[in-house]
Amino acid sequence: MEENTTTEKIFPPGSVGLVKSQDFHFAPGEVLELDCGRTLRDVTIRFETYGTLNADKSNVILVEHALTGDAHLAGYHTAADKKPGWWEEMVGPGKPFDTNKFFIICSNILGGCSGTTGPGSPDPDTGKPYHMDFPVITISDMVRAQKHLIDHLGIKKLLAVAGGSMGGMLAIQWPISYPDVVESCLAIATSSKISPQSIAFNWIGREAIMSDPTWNNGDYTEQPQKGLSIARMLAHVTYLSDQSMSRKFGRKLQTAEDYSFKFDMDFSVESYLNHQGTRFVERFDANSYLYITRAIDYFDVSDSADGDEHKVFEKVKCPFLVVSFSSDWLFPPYQAKELTRLLLENGNDVTYCDIKSHYGHDAFLLEYETLGKLVDNFLDNIYKEKEGK
Amino acid sequence: MKIAHNPSDSEPILSRSDLVMIADMIPENAKVLDLGCGSGRLLRVLKARKNARIMGVELDQEKLIQCMERGVPVIQADLNEPLSLFADASYDYVILSRTLQAVKRPDLILQEMLRIGGKGIISIMNFGQLDARMQMLKGHMPVTKRLPLKWYDTPNIHPGMLSDFRDMCREKGIKILKELPVSQHRDFLRFLAPVCPNLFASNAIFVISK
Repeated sequence: MEENTTTEKIFPPGSVGLVKSQDFHFAPGEVLELDCGRTLRDVTIRFETYGTLNADKSNVILVEHALTGDAHLAGYHTAADKKPGWWEEMVGPGKPFDTNKFFIICSNILGGCSGTTGPGSPDPDTGKPYHMDFPVITISDMVRAQKHLIDHLGIKKLLAVAGGSMGGMLAIQWPISYPDVVESCLAIATSSKISPQSIAFNWIGREAIMSDPTWNNGDYTEQPQKGLSIARMLAHVTYLSDQSMSRKFGRKLQTAEDYSFKFDMDFSVESYLNHQGTRFVERFDANSYLYITRAIDYFDVSDSADGDEHKVFEKVKCPFLVVSFSSDWLFPPYQAKELTRLLLENGNDVTYCDIKSHYGHDAFLLEYETLGKLVDNFLDNIYKEKEGK
Repeated sequence: MKIAHNPSDSEPILSRSDLVMIADMIPENAKVLDLGCGSGRLLRVLKARKNARIMGVELDQEKLIQCMERGVPVIQADLNEPLSLFADASYDYVILSRTLQAVKRPDLILQEMLRIGGKGIISIMNFGQLDARMQMLKGHMPVTKRLPLKWYDTPNIHPGMLSDFRDMCREKGIKILKELPVSQHRDFLRFLAPVCPNLFASNAIFVISK
């Protein structure tokens, strides 16, 4: 990207431009109830908003980030930022999440490490970081924390809750937890319950972190670099597909003309993963990774109905957009179909599309064209229906 | 309420005569599933004029997006596979329009229709129409204005006549509640279609049940 030496940066057309993060702090005495039975106080939630809240607060869309995402959904924090927010292509004036129409909120999840309270935050009882004393949290705990934020902002209805991957789980959990608040749901590249395959990958990732001696039972000042980067490299492979890796790397060698006959990084794909692992350690916290992946493992919507999946959506009447991607093997299309089946059985209006893509799970951040059309049309219908009432 | 061509009407209209006839058959407030719903025209009409609870099934991604542009909820699915997303007896009517001849197993999709819905409405193309028979007499599989593709690249892998459809229903224990021949302006001797549909109708609509 071109470096701009002047302070006035011209942002690309369709960008929300400069944005600011905000922090919401729980009031004294305000507590967050958790599924494990414990509570949290002095919770902070970092969030960003885009667009304008209308007078009757009826144009609010909550967008949920994925495992390692943050509240910075779109736009730029400073004119010097090289990269915009993580869903820049989907959020902005005239884009599918149209900031000319909607007031969009994105908040860092509970347990995260990008501004919201997590294991790295100080425990108000001791003044020292929680580390492994942080309670084990669930997806519905994350949703409950967000409800505190929404209440604080005086918002009674969410026109839509949207998210991909783990963000999709939060999006699904929202109407289950608060059926009277959510008016539509967009569940992208996600599942109503986590498969044993995903649990297995999460387990290996956590084992990598916890077996790094510098992790030190979670009591560290420097990130356990090796463990955290291995966890990331493993996870990254699950975000790609055989086809996307073949296209991107083939069997290309990184620098040398021939094999090194050593165990260094010969192949481009090795070098790429190594780079991903290293970069990840600079921006993410190992304990957060443990807590969030555990929350993902525990996600199964039928838990909210004593294991009876047929009753999960009983109180949920809102329309759904369910999207999967053909080459996604972390959240395979059959899981989205399963969610669709439950919703149809419950009588919800559902639109389901399996977008043809070779990008694997990452497609939800890359296949903007088709996904954009689906989201745009879905939200447009919801918006029109609401205006018509 | 009659649904017909009405270009001055701001409400959605149907240009295919068989779709108009199908729309007329659906009672108010019915729950309707349209298999192979294309761009959702029929369902849009049923929602607007009959207040139907609608749902479409379509495989093609472009058409699926066109459905959404019309505000029609739609599920992407392949009609050659069991429609396991849909529960037993979950719709009043399941519609299959001009698609039966293109699926791998017409008999199985009929059974799926009647598993999901109380009644099935099927519009089928009649390959026994006179012009097609004339071509076969000449020694070739028919290529007509209505069926412009040759035998090797046509999606119509199960060409059948109206009489064949009736036979299949009898063999599979499916009741035919109603049969309506459909003819089009360009059809030869179309006034004879009601008398001998198997020879003169280009399409027919069947209402079926278990």
